Amino acid sequence: MTTGPAYARPAARWDVVRRVLARFGISGRALVIAAPAAWLGVFFLLPLAVVFGISLAEKQFGRPPYSDLLTTEEGTVQLTLHLSNYIRVLSDPANIYINAFLSSIRIAAVSTVFAILIGYPMAYAIARAPEKWRNILLMLVILPFWTSFLLRVYALSGFLRGEGVINNFIGLFGIPPLTMMQTDFAVYVGIIYSYLPFFILPLYTNLVKLDPALLEASADLGARPVTTFFSVTLPLSMPGVVAGAMLVFIPAIGEFVIPSLLGGPGTQMIGRILWDEFFSKTNWPRAAALAITMLIVVVIPIMLMQRAQNAVVEGRR
Amino acid sequence: MGKNRWFLPLTSFLGFAFLYAPILSLVIFSFNANRLVTVWSGFSTQSYVDLWNDPQLLPSALLSLQIGAIAASIALVLGTLCAVALVRFRRFRGKTVLQATVSAPLVMPDVITGLALLLLFVAMESIIGWPQGRGILTIIIAHATFCTAYVTVVVQSRLSDFDYSLEEAAMDLGASPVRVFFDITLPIIAPALVSGWLLAFTLSLDDLVIASFVSGPGSSTLPMIIFSKVRLGVSPEVNALATIIIGAVALGVIVFTITQMRRPRAKA
Repeated sequence: MTTGPAYARPAARWDVVRRVLARFGISGRALVIAAPAAWLGVFFLLPLAVVFGISLAEKQFGRPPYSDLLTTEEGTVQLTLHLSNYIRVLSDPANIYINAFLSSIRIAAVSTVFAILIGYPMAYAIARAPEKWRNILLMLVILPFWTSFLLRVYALSGFLRGEGVINNFIGLFGIPPLTMMQTDFAVYVGIIYSYLPFFILPLYTNLVKLDPALLEASADLGARPVTTFFSVTLPLSMPGVVAGAMLVFIPAIGEFVIPSLLGGPGTQMIGRILWDEFFSKTNWPRAAALAITMLIVVVIPIMLMQRAQNAVVEGRR
Repeated sequence: MGKNRWFLPLTSFLGFAFLYAPILSLVIFSFNANRLVTVWSGFSTQSYVDLWNDPQLLPSALLSLQIGAIAASIALVLGTLCAVALVRFRRFRGKTVLQATVSAPLVMPDVITGLALLLLFVAMESIIGWPQGRGILTIIIAHATFCTAYVTVVVQSRLSDFDYSLEEAAMDLGASPVRVFFDITLPIIAPALVSGWLLAFTLSLDDLVIASFVSGPGSSTLPMIIFSKVRLGVSPEVNALATIIIGAVALGVIVFTITQMRRPRAKA
C-alpha cells in the first residue's frame, strides 16, 4: 500500500501545474510537441525558406552580398525577384553545374555498387561466423565510424599519394609509382572506404536474422550452395542491401570533404561546387539557387524513395 | 563447398585490411623522425611535441569538445521529446510534418544545411539583431539541429519496442504522466539516451562543412583546423593527434565490447 500514496503526493503537484496550463488551453502533450517542433521550424524549415528567398536575389557588393527582395520606393513596396541564378545553373555556357550534378550521381552510384560488392561478402562472413567471433568482427566494422571521418580520409590520402605507402610498396618490386591522388579513382576509393561500415551494418542485421533452416531446406532439395545463395539468401537480404546502399549513396552525393582532399581539379562534385560558389566566389544567391536545385533534383527524390522503401518493409511485417 | 571455404575468409580479410591499413600506417608514421611523414627514417616522438606546441590544434580540440557536449545535450532533450511525441501520441495535427521534418536532416547534404543556417543567421541578425555575428553560439545551434534528428531515430526505435504495461501499472497506481515518464520510461530508455548522446557528440566533433559555414572569426573547430592543415599535404602534428584520438576511441569501444560480451556469460 506504500506505492499508492508515494505516487499520489507528487502527482498532486503536477496536477496543479497541469490545471493552470489547461486554463490557458495548453496541455502537457502540446508542450512536449511544441519544443522540438518550434526548434526544427526555426532552425530547419525557416532556413530553407530563406535560401529560397535569397536564390531569387542578385549578387551585389556589400554586406550582406545580395540584393533586397523587398524595396520601398516613394511609399510603394516593390518585390524584385531574379530568376537569373536558376537560368545560369541550368544553362551555364560550360555546363559546369549540370555536369557537376551528373558526375556526383555517377560517382555516388559507382561507389555504391563497389561498396555492395566488397561489403556483401564481409557482412555475410560476419553473420555466418561463430558466435564468439561475431561481436569482435562487428566491433572492427563499427570502430572506424567512431573515429573522425576527416582523419580517415586524411589517412587514406597518406596511403594513395605519390610518395605514399602504396607507391613505396610497389616500388620495392621495381614498379613505377602510380598517380592515384587527385583523380576520380581516389574519390571512388575514398567514398567506399568511408562509407563501407554503413553498408555492412544494416545488411549484417538482416543476414543474421536469416533462418538457417531455409538454407538447409534448399540444400536438402539438392540446390548447390551457389544456387541457394542466389535463390534464397540474396532475395531475402534485399531490404538490408537497399538500406545499406542508401546509407552509402545519400551522403556520397553531396560529399565535400572527399572530392576536395582526394579529388583533382577535374572532380567536380556538386557539394564542392556549392562550397566554392559560396566561399571563393562569394556568390551567395547562386549558391542558394544551387542548394534549391539540389534539394529538388536529389534530396526530395531520395526522401520519397525512402518513404516508399519503408512502406514496403512495414507492409511485409 | 570447396570454393566457399576460402572465398569468405579471404574477402573479409581483404575488406578489413582495406579498412585498417590506412589507419595503421597513419599511426606508425606519427612516430616517424622525418617530417615528410611518408618516408620512414627512424623512431621519434617529435610530432607529439609539435602537437603540444601547436598554437591552434589543442585549443580548437577543447572548443570542439565543449561545442559537442552542449549541442549533444540540447539534441538529447529535443530528440527525446520528439521521439516521445511521435511514438506515444496517437494522433495530433502536424504529426506527419513533424516526422518528415525531423528525418529530413538525415538525408540533407551538409552543404545545404550549412548554407541554409548561415543565410538564416545573417537574415535574423539584420532583422531582429540576434544572433550577433557568427561564432560558438551559431555552431552549437547548427549542431543541435542536425543531431536532434539522430537522437530522435535512436530513442524512437527504443520506445517502439517498449513494454507499455509498466507505464500502465504506474498510472493505475495514481502517477501523473510526467511522473511516469521520469520514474518508469526514462530509466528504461536510458541506454538509448546514452547512445543517442554519444552519437550526437561524435557527429558534432566530426562536422567540418556545417561548422565552416556558420562559424565566425576566432571560433574555428578542430575539423576546420585539421582541414586547413592537411589540405596542402601531410602534417605530422595531425598524425600525432589522429593517433591519440584513434587510441582513445579504440580503447573505449574495446572496453565497451568486452563488458557487453561478459554480461550474458555472467548471467548464465
